Amino acid sequence: MSDADIVLVIGLEVHVQLQTASKLFCGCSTKFGQPPNTQTCPVCLGLPGALPVLNKEAFRLGAIAGLALNCKISPIMKWDRKNYFYPDLPKGYQISQFDLPLAYEGYLETLPEGGEPKTIRIIRAHLEEDAGKSMHDEAAGTSDSRIDLNRTGTPLLEIVSEPDLRSSQEARAYLDELKLLMTYLAVSDCNMQEGSLRVDANVNLHIPGPDGVIATPIVEIKNLNSFRAVERAIDYEAARQIDEWEDRGLRLGEAPKRTFGWDDQKERTVEQRQKEESSDYRYFPDPDLVPVTVTTQFVEQLQQGLGELPAALRARLQSQYDLDAYGANVLVNQGSSLVAYFEKLAAVSGNARRASNWVQQDVLRVLNETKTNIEGFPVAASQMGELLRLVENGKLNTSRAKDVFEEMFQAKLSLGDAMKSLGIEEVSQDALVDLCRELLNANPKVVADVSGGKQQAVGALIGQAKKRNPNADPGSVRKILLELIQQMG
Amino acid sequence: MAFSHDEVLKVARLAQLDLAQEEVETFAAQLGHIVQYIEQLDELDTTDVEPMAHGAGVTNVFREDQVQPSLDREAALANAPNRDAECFRVPPVL
Repeated sequence: MSDADIVLVIGLEVHVQLQTASKLFCGCSTKFGQPPNTQTCPVCLGLPGALPVLNKEAFRLGAIAGLALNCKISPIMKWDRKNYFYPDLPKGYQISQFDLPLAYEGYLETLPEGGEPKTIRIIRAHLEEDAGKSMHDEAAGTSDSRIDLNRTGTPLLEIVSEPDLRSSQEARAYLDELKLLMTYLAVSDCNMQEGSLRVDANVNLHIPGPDGVIATPIVEIKNLNSFRAVERAIDYEAARQIDEWEDRGLRLGEAPKRTFGWDDQKERTVEQRQKEESSDYRYFPDPDLVPVTVTTQFVEQLQQGLGELPAALRARLQSQYDLDAYGANVLVNQGSSLVAYFEKLAAVSGNARRASNWVQQDVLRVLNETKTNIEGFPVAASQMGELLRLVENGKLNTSRAKDVFEEMFQAKLSLGDAMKSLGIEEVSQDALVDLCRELLNANPKVVADVSGGKQQAVGALIGQAKKRNPNADPGSVRKILLELIQQMG
Repeated sequence: MAFSHDEVLKVARLAQLDLAQEEVETFAAQLGHIVQYIEQLDELDTTDVEPMAHGAGVTNVFREDQVQPSLDREAALANAPNRDAECFRVPPVL
């Protein structure tokens, strides 16, 4: 057996925070970054007698996400209490969904970098409430933890994949596509810094042996706060499990499932605790919340409202605008607003390929440099489209057009004003011919050289023409000069 | 059904209870009786009975996604055994 025969098996649990104004079961705000413990009420504090009521929008967003993940929507879903003690969980239980989740049995098409598209099955997607936040007190002399319950009760959708992923790259591709889908649908902003998207990875190995394939004990990795961390943690854990297998030879079932945390600084996984069995959570139906029934009309209505999802959009951009897969991918991955910008640009400029190139090279560069998004981009698609049309019609060369573009977003000018500010005016053909004639008369040596076969000698005159009139297009000048010389000869 | 000592200790651990040895004995017997009582339900034939998700027979109770005023922080922290100006304080959490 060599390491190459070992199969890495990964399943991901992703929590996305649903984009609602209020919490899942009460009217407290979900706004991020507010002073600690200013967004709580008897319901999310778990005070006796307080009753939770389901937020309709959270349910709707969860159902939309489920449909977009090609899941079935349960005709009836219910709420269960997941019981455990932790200081950031004031009720002593989390309201979640156990046996009748909102959505189940779906799949997501992913595009691993440099690999073939791969379908990852989704086991389920269920709604649950978030816990609060524990902070370790840095103050000298105390070792207390401080608890902020602002986040307690925030709506989450937990999306659980089948263990269909086989490498950290595939896990990354799955997460990229999932995040894109959720942000396209405005189900979640997926902001990892603010905890709106959190990932746990379940990892083990399938090792071929003489008596068939042996599975090693599953490890759940928590505390993965970036997609980069997910990739590194999976790779680290795979290597660690190979070592552990060689040292101890434990198989799945011979050791309990364990939880490891990812230490981003040390770049290693650290064992935290033995994982509870599902029965240890003593799930039971929450008597405070009634079930939700879902009609087929409701599901159909949501399905119709999904609009064009990223996978379909990629395909359409390729066929409708003749873009390559890479280009379509770059545009779609930037979000629907950028795609809308591109489509407008393509329509106004009359050249989709050029529009795509400009968006990918120039617009995205500026957005990166200025750390803004397309919504905050000062150059309107219609204006930029007019600029590209000037290039398309040969009225402006590309390098001059880039100057104009620069001027438009730096000085926030309209196309006309930007051109005026750079002193760009359209030069008539007659004016160009006059200019060229003058230059040829003043430079008989160049005429002689060109006539003698040294065509490159004309370059000196193109430079002079540019000096005399910066708006003269070098290509046109060259063409006119050569024609005139030919006529003279 | 009888409860073993290990099962009692496990349930106690999940409930974060420390039990004395005599209590383990007592609860093993009592929990056994409770489960036995519940097990009477197994005698019923439920073949044609629809599974029930809730006792109230009501479904689809929603609230609109509207923010309501939260409690003042002072009120939220009022019952805390230990607190500071902003937060609940608890023994160290790993």
